[in-house]
Amino acid sequence: MKRRITILLFLLSALNCYAHTITTGPAVSIKKAIASAKDGDTVIITKGLYKEGNIVIQKSIAIIGQNNPVLDGENKYEIFTVSGKNITIKGISFQNSGYSAMNDYASIKVIDASNITIENNTIYNAYFAIHLSNTSYAVVRNNSIKGNPKSEQLTGNGIHLWKSNHALIENNHIQGHRDGIYFEFVTFSTVKKNFSELNIRYGIHFMFSNDDTYLNNTFLNNGAGVAVMYSKKVIMQGNRFEQNWGPSAYGILLKDISDSYISGNTFFKNTVALHLEGTSRIEINKNIFKENGWAVKIQASCNDNNFHENNFIQNSFDVGTNGSLVLNNFDNNYWDKYEGYDMNKDGKGDVPYHPVSMYSMISEQNPSTLILLRSFIVSLLDKAEKAIPSLTPENLADTKPSIKAFKL
Amino acid sequence: MLKLTRYILYDILRSKIVIAYTLFLLIVSFSMFRMEENSGKALLSLLNIILIVLPLISLVFSTIHYYNSYEFIELMLSQPMSRTRIIIAEYAGVTISLLAAFLIGAGIPVLIFSPTDTGITMLLTGLALTMIFTSLAFAVSVKARDKARGIGSVLLVWFYFALIYDGLILLILFSFSDYPLEKVTLALSFLNPLDLGRIFIMLKMDVSALMGYTGALYKDFFGSTAGMALVTGVMLLWIIIPVWLAVRYFKKKDL
Repeated sequence: MKRRITILLFLLSALNCYAHTITTGPAVSIKKAIASAKDGDTVIITKGLYKEGNIVIQKSIAIIGQNNPVLDGENKYEIFTVSGKNITIKGISFQNSGYSAMNDYASIKVIDASNITIENNTIYNAYFAIHLSNTSYAVVRNNSIKGNPKSEQLTGNGIHLWKSNHALIENNHIQGHRDGIYFEFVTFSTVKKNFSELNIRYGIHFMFSNDDTYLNNTFLNNGAGVAVMYSKKVIMQGNRFEQNWGPSAYGILLKDISDSYISGNTFFKNTVALHLEGTSRIEINKNIFKENGWAVKIQASCNDNNFHENNFIQNSFDVGTNGSLVLNNFDNNYWDKYEGYDMNKDGKGDVPYHPVSMYSMISEQNPSTLILLRSFIVSLLDKAEKAIPSLTPENLADTKPSIKAFKL
Repeated sequence: MLKLTRYILYDILRSKIVIAYTLFLLIVSFSMFRMEENSGKALLSLLNIILIVLPLISLVFSTIHYYNSYEFIELMLSQPMSRTRIIIAEYAGVTISLLAAFLIGAGIPVLIFSPTDTGITMLLTGLALTMIFTSLAFAVSVKARDKARGIGSVLLVWFYFALIYDGLILLILFSFSDYPLEKVTLALSFLNPLDLGRIFIMLKMDVSALMGYTGALYKDFFGSTAGMALVTGVMLLWIIIPVWLAVRYFKKKDL
C-alpha cells in the first residue's frame, strides 16, 4: 500500500509539474507524508491523534489539518521544527509539547525562515507555544493558545519572536503563559486584535524592538500588565489594558522608550495605568484613563513627553512622580477632579490644574499610608497643599484643562 | 416598650428636625447626582457626607433629644417600668428615626442613580455608622451632668473619631515607617468605626490603588468570609457596648 502510494505519487509527479496533495492516513505518517512531498505540495493531516515526536519541515509546503487532527508531544518532544520559506501550517491542534531547561522547546518552532503562515491552530499545554527566530514576513493569525502556568521558570511564552522582521501577529487568543507575546530584536512588525489574558508575567513584553505597531489588542488581568523596554518608534493604538492588579503591575510599563505614539487606548482598573521611566519624546494623546489607582506615574528621568486630550476619570490618583523636576507637557487634558472655572467660555479652565496631589507624594514615600486615603484629615492636607504648595512639583500642571470630557 | 418607642417616634417627628435632616440629605444627594457627569464623583461627595456630616448629626441630635426629653423620662420613671426598658426605648426611637431619614434622604437617590456595589456598600456603611454614633451619643449624654457638657463631650467624640484618630495613625505610620505595619494598621482600624467604614467603602471604590501595596492584604482580609464576619462583629460591638454603658450609667444615675 505504502509502496503503491509512493509509486502513484511518483507517476503523478512525473505526469505533471503541478502541486500535489498528500493525505496522511493510518498507513502514512506525517513524517512520511512530508518526506514524500516536494516544494509547493500540500500535506493534509486527517483527523486523529498523532504521536510522532519531533517533526522537521524544511520544504516549501502547506500542512493543513482536516477536522482538527491532534499532534501530541507526549511532554517530551518539540512538535514542529520549521525552517525554509513559503511554509503554511493551518488548522492543527498541538498538545503537550516537551519542557526542557536547556532548549526552548515549542509546539511550533520556526528558525531561519521567511514567508511563514501559522493559522487557525490550537495549542494546549505547551512550554513555548509558537517560537520564531530569525524569521521574516511571518504571519501568525487566529491561533488559540492556552498554557498551564506553574512558575515563571517552568513556563515559556505564548508567541515568542526573536530577531525577526515584518511579522504580523493577528487575532490570536493567548492565555496562561509566562509572557503572552514576547518580542526581542523584532522590527517593522504589527501586532493587532490579539487577546492576551491571565499570563503570569506580561501580556506583551518587548525589548529592543523598533518600528513596531500595536493595534486594538486587549490585555486583561496579566500578572504584571505590559512592558515595553529599550525601543523606539513604537506605535500603540486602540488597545485595552484592564485589571492589571498588584504591587508591580502596570497597564503599560515604559522603560527607555523614545519617539513613540500612545493614542486612543483605554486603561481601566489598573494599579498603575501608565508608568514612564527614562522615556522621551512620546506623544500620549486621546487615551482614556478610568478607575485606575494611579493613571500616570512619571519618573523625573522622563523628558519631552506630551500628554494631550486624554480623559482622566475616577482615578484614585491622577499623576504620581518621584521628584520635582518636570520636563513634560500636560496641557489640554480632561481631569474629572478639576475644580476651576471658565470665565471666557472657551472650554478651557482659567486656573491651571495640578494633577499631583500631596497624598500621592506621601504614599509614594510611605505606601502603607494609603489606608488613610479618603479620610477627613487627608482631604484637609490636600486642600492645604493646594493653597500653599510645598511638597508637590509646582511646574507639573495643566495650564489649559478642558472643562468637558473629550469624546473618545 | 414598643408603645413607648412609638410615642418617642411621634415626638421626634413633631420636632421636624429629622424631617429637615431628611430633606437636607435628599436635596444634597439629588443635586450631586444631577450635577456631576459621572456618578462616581457624586458617590465620592456622598462618602464625605457619610464620614463627616452623618456622625456629627447622629451625635448632636441624639444628645439634644436626650436632654430635651429629660422631663418625659422622669415622668416615665414614675410609672411601673424598668429603667433599662425606658433608655432602650429612647435609643430605639432616635435610631429608627435617623435610620429612616438616611434611607430616604440618601438611599433613594443612590438606588435611582447608582445602584452599584459601591452605592449599596455605602448605604450599609451609613446605616451602621448611624447606629454606632447614636449609641455613642447616648453613652456620653447619660454620663454627662448637663446639656452643655453633654454637647461639648459629644463634639469632642466626633472630633476625635473624624480627625484626631487618623492624625495619630498618620503619625505612627511615619514614625515607624521602617517596620512592617500592615497588621498594626489593620488592628488600629478596628478601634475607629469611621476608619472601618471608610476602608470598607474604599475596597470597592479604590480597589486598584489599594491592590498596590498593603492592599492585597486588606483585600484578602476583608474579602474573606472570616474577615467579613469579624468586621460585622466589630461593628456590632461598636453599637452594643456604648448602649450597654448607657444602660449601666442610667440604672445607677440619681435623676
